[in-house]
Amino acid sequence: MTPANGTAGEKWNLRLYTAGQSPKSLAALDNLKRVCEEHLPGRYSIEVVDLLKNPRLAKDDQIVAIPTLVRKLPEPLRRIVGDLSDTERTLVGLQLRQIK
Amino acid sequence: MLGCHDDDVAVGNSLSSGRIAPSRFANNLTAKMKMERPVQAHSLPKAPTGIPGLDEITEGGLPRGRPTLICGGPGCGKTLLAAEFLIRGATEFDEPGALITFEETGEELAQNVRSLGFDLDALVDAGKIAIDYIRVERSEIAETGEYDLEGLFLRLGLAIDTVGAKRIVLDTIESLFAGFDNQAVLRSELRRLFRFLKDRGVTAVITGERGDGSLTRQGLEEYVSDCVILLDHRVTEQTSTRRMRIVKYRGTTHGTNEYPFLIDAEGFSVLPLSGLQLDHAVSNERVSSGVPALDEMLDGKGYYRGSSILVSGTAGTGKTSLAAHFAHETARRGERCLYLAFEESPQQLMRNLRSIGIDLEPYVKKGTLRLHSSRPTLHGLEQHLVQVHKMVSEFKPAAVLIDPVSNFISTSTAVETQAMLLRLVDFLKEKQITALFTHLTSGGSATEATDVGISSLVDTWLLVRNIEIDDARTRGLYVLKSRGMPHSHEIREFVLTPKGIELNQFAGKAGKGKTKK
Repeated sequence: MTPANGTAGEKWNLRLYTAGQSPKSLAALDNLKRVCEEHLPGRYSIEVVDLLKNPRLAKDDQIVAIPTLVRKLPEPLRRIVGDLSDTERTLVGLQLRQIK
Repeated sequence: MLGCHDDDVAVGNSLSSGRIAPSRFANNLTAKMKMERPVQAHSLPKAPTGIPGLDEITEGGLPRGRPTLICGGPGCGKTLLAAEFLIRGATEFDEPGALITFEETGEELAQNVRSLGFDLDALVDAGKIAIDYIRVERSEIAETGEYDLEGLFLRLGLAIDTVGAKRIVLDTIESLFAGFDNQAVLRSELRRLFRFLKDRGVTAVITGERGDGSLTRQGLEEYVSDCVILLDHRVTEQTSTRRMRIVKYRGTTHGTNEYPFLIDAEGFSVLPLSGLQLDHAVSNERVSSGVPALDEMLDGKGYYRGSSILVSGTAGTGKTSLAAHFAHETARRGERCLYLAFEESPQQLMRNLRSIGIDLEPYVKKGTLRLHSSRPTLHGLEQHLVQVHKMVSEFKPAAVLIDPVSNFISTSTAVETQAMLLRLVDFLKEKQITALFTHLTSGGSATEATDVGISSLVDTWLLVRNIEIDDARTRGLYVLKSRGMPHSHEIREFVLTPKGIELNQFAGKAGKGKTKK
């Protein structure tokens, strides 16, 4: 499968906003890692931001829902809320796959 | 029936007729609630808003530490009311506030409230108000799987902690519903939000757009709020009136009527019904009407201070001249007088009165007389009333003249006009202000009937009418009633001369006057 967006070698910069070690946050991180390993092996970075520790950061990326995944790179910025349990929708949200 | 004491019954009737529900509040609009309001130990703790009138109808303010919903259609002033609550809290009651806005950026909001004379930026710089603009853009958000709005809570918590907020405003949480798909999550999170706000002990104001058939679109906020205030902006006969009503207020009594309110250069003001208990103080002092012969007819002394006087008559009978004499006399004594003209501009009024020897200009320049002209159609009835309240509170006149009151009927129904005038008469009496109203009776209707039915409200009623004698028309004036004094029952010939009004006895009738001295 070819990624619908981005050329090979493009660096993906992802940031996952969580609030502590909640089940939803943990599930989101697991799901995200799995998706990235499968579709973006070796060219992604995941930064986990715990808003319980640093609530000020919520303002910068306009975070309201938890967990929220923000695709910082490649542009444009995308936000995906939820625990990413629906892989299909996650891929569409990340624009790794076009809507069929 | 034209005696002195024939009106008490009529007043009683008009009060119990149900047009105006008796109000529990005897205070008036201008009272500084925070200073005068006694703290009631058994009552719910309340956070004063500092908004004139609102603290009266809520009997002290919004429920402290609990959420209040302000709802209404677009353009009814929800955001401004919420913002003013917050700003006054920070400036007048030393309660810092957090402003969470979903629709406007902090900058836009600061601009909006600047027009009301509030400097939001300075309060932010001083650490008294924290602003967080929460933007929820649906097009940028995809949803997959479960989530909650913990991020929102963290941001609220942060904003509260930044300034140690005692008050918080959320404007408008419905934006969240536009941004997210999962309504079930949102509804449960909204409930959690209200619980969160209560736990934090902040006095919260939440605004909500009015929905179809319910107070808010989601139909949820009104149930979880402890107090719900509904704002309304309606247009009747091309004239708009803003009104507010307290729909619910848990654990306390409150005014239940619709109250008109005004948004002007100084922010909000709400007009409560004034006290209808008829227990205002009375004065035995007499004030001259400005026409010596008329004083003579009124027991030789003139009007009572703080009484209300009605001058009625058909067109061109000299009502304004009579009013002007009183205004001139009041100002001449060095007392302040407020003259509200609804037919003539101040310049025209002064020019015309000069022709009968009344020069108001020096007193206007001196500041003891204030002429205020506006068209009755400029505002709704209540808005006029609010304005009169404000002017009276600010100018503190000893006498107020309204020329003519009958013009208000053009803007509203007779019932509403009567209700408004009742409030006005009451308000002025409470303040011991002598009030003089002129009233234009339309030709054809009985001269002793006033369209607005205010005759029972006033203490002294003067009637000017045209009298045809032989082949000439002349004016006659008589005192229809004057409470608390033996007044003349004569009809005097009313003559406008370059030196003012003269009241002559009709030929052949000399000496027959009851109180002739």
